[in-house]
Amino acid sequence: MTTATHTHDHDHAEAPARPKLAVWKFASCDGCQLSLLNCEDELLSIAEAVHIAYFPEATRAVVEGPYELSLVEGSITTPEDVKRIHEIRAQSGTLVTIGACATAGGIQALRNWADVDEFRSIVYAHPEYLSTLDTSTPIASHVDVDYELRGCPVDKAQLIEVLAAFLNGRKPRIPSYSVCVECKLKGNVCVPVATGTPCLGPVTQAGCGALCPSYGRGCYGCFGPQDSANTDALTRQLTELGMPDADIVRVYRTFNAGSPEFAAASDKVASRTTEGGTR
Amino acid sequence: MGDIRILNPPDLGTLIAELRARGYRVMGPTVRGDAIVTGEIRTVSDLPRGRGDTQRPAEYRLTERDDRSFFGFAAPAISSKPVFFPAEEVIWRGRRDHDEGHFTVERDRPDAAPIALLGTRSCDLRAVQIHDKVLAGRMYEDAHYAARREHTFVVAVACGQPAETCFCASMGTGPRPAETNPETGEAAYDLLLTEVLDEHNHHFVMEIGTEHGRQVADAIEAGDGDEHDHARALEITDAAAKRQTRAIDTSTIHGVLRASVESSRWEEIATRCLACTNCTLVCPTCFCTTIQDVSDLAGDEGERHRVWDSCFSEQFSYIHGGPLRGETKSRYRQWITHKLSSWEDQFGMLGCVGCGRCITWCPVGIDIVEEAAELTRMSGLGSGAARS
Repeated sequence: MTTATHTHDHDHAEAPARPKLAVWKFASCDGCQLSLLNCEDELLSIAEAVHIAYFPEATRAVVEGPYELSLVEGSITTPEDVKRIHEIRAQSGTLVTIGACATAGGIQALRNWADVDEFRSIVYAHPEYLSTLDTSTPIASHVDVDYELRGCPVDKAQLIEVLAAFLNGRKPRIPSYSVCVECKLKGNVCVPVATGTPCLGPVTQAGCGALCPSYGRGCYGCFGPQDSANTDALTRQLTELGMPDADIVRVYRTFNAGSPEFAAASDKVASRTTEGGTR
Repeated sequence: MGDIRILNPPDLGTLIAELRARGYRVMGPTVRGDAIVTGEIRTVSDLPRGRGDTQRPAEYRLTERDDRSFFGFAAPAISSKPVFFPAEEVIWRGRRDHDEGHFTVERDRPDAAPIALLGTRSCDLRAVQIHDKVLAGRMYEDAHYAARREHTFVVAVACGQPAETCFCASMGTGPRPAETNPETGEAAYDLLLTEVLDEHNHHFVMEIGTEHGRQVADAIEAGDGDEHDHARALEITDAAAKRQTRAIDTSTIHGVLRASVESSRWEEIATRCLACTNCTLVCPTCFCTTIQDVSDLAGDEGERHRVWDSCFSEQFSYIHGGPLRGETKSRYRQWITHKLSSWEDQFGMLGCVGCGRCITWCPVGIDIVEEAAELTRMSGLGSGAARS
């Protein structure tokens, strides 16, 4: 049960100073930052409620820290990133990570299963100029994070909810249950049951509004594992629905490949494929 | 045998038009996407004519039938639950008035248009009766539910097409609905249709349940039937009951679950259960909700929403310090025990109507009937054993 929020009556004799907001980017596609800019109807209210102090995606103006609220997009992939995230943490009051890269390592966490030196030599003409880590890791692997907002990209409404919760000193109303709940709330008919289409919805956290199942597609797991993800049971069902092991490994290894639950699920299937031959 | 009338297929359209003319919003089975759901019926063409279904654990398929039936399918994917008990509703809105220094609160009232349920099967009709008791038949009435339920007109359908997942006969809830609501003694339906699909003779046997039903039947000039028609209707539901292969022994299950609190079966079920919540959200009787408060950025406007929730989510049982049911095994135990045992202690009835939706719509096909049977076997309290 969600706890009811009691809004206290503040003294409004003096308007309080607007909290300073900073938006930071690490290894990412900028899509989550764009979700903030996509809050068209709410953007003016956001700008009234917070002082947008650092947000290079939106403005060149830079206001010095410290910042009451930092939104961090992207994952940690270079030694320089590691240094920078500690600096950001030091000058941030509340630090919220936004999106699959920042909360799970993003699609670039596929490097965690590969040889980065090999990538480097294939992609770059002068790999020797490149200083990179062997892994892509979420922000929380490096510094304390106050709140993680999932999604690839994050959901606009959830982002506003997190901002509203921060501004009103309350807990964000972000469910950690499965996408199935959102399907049912919307009146969707279960896609895998009614059509046999494989769907990651039962192991994936809600937040997107069940976007893909609403169009008859299976869920791709953009919001990462739900709080009680039973990937073993889902893997068995995906097999039952005829999905080859190689594909099962791939569906777990997308934007949230680096989440511990999806990583373990994909490893399990990958190892049985290696041990038991092709399926 | 009460008053029997006969409806021919074209009369069904007349019935729908009559109900709409009387101001009802008609809700019944209709095809949406890959399934039959409950939706608004504006004309007879909204009904799933010639469509059927096959249902198995974790599998539902919409099919084409080789006849022109209107009700030739089992439980729709979505029951009539959301008609009276929507997935999300605003309870109240509040606005802060800075000048006056206080809040203004506005209550939200549900749309008052009365509902006519059309084609509701006995399982779902029983589910509405259960909700009437749970939500509006105790000390504190759920005002929104009661407002939506007011003046409901019910055209029930005696089910001739059980799915493989159905077990209403064993629950005593179908396939033919009881004439009266056992809790209130009131008529269970205004009209009851049994669809007769005999070759060259497609018609409905219509039984009158209330005076209001009789007025509607008279208004559409439904022809008279006789005891042979009634007998044919009974044959159809008797055959439907016999075709059901799943059954729960309601004489023992209450005690079995009480004795199974520490069963090792819960651990085994948890290896299969996805904790996805599907069983609870498709269940026509599950009624758990959560309260969600939303505010704007400035904190000047807020709304309180009531939203369906599920005992399978971790947050459902969260209290200060952590969730009471942190593991899936305790959530499944909670759910099945409530449905088939503690519901009786709480409300004096079972919470399961045998519609089979939790079996069909579980993405991994966990079967409440099979689990009830296995728990019964493991407890040693099966038939023959005295009920505790």
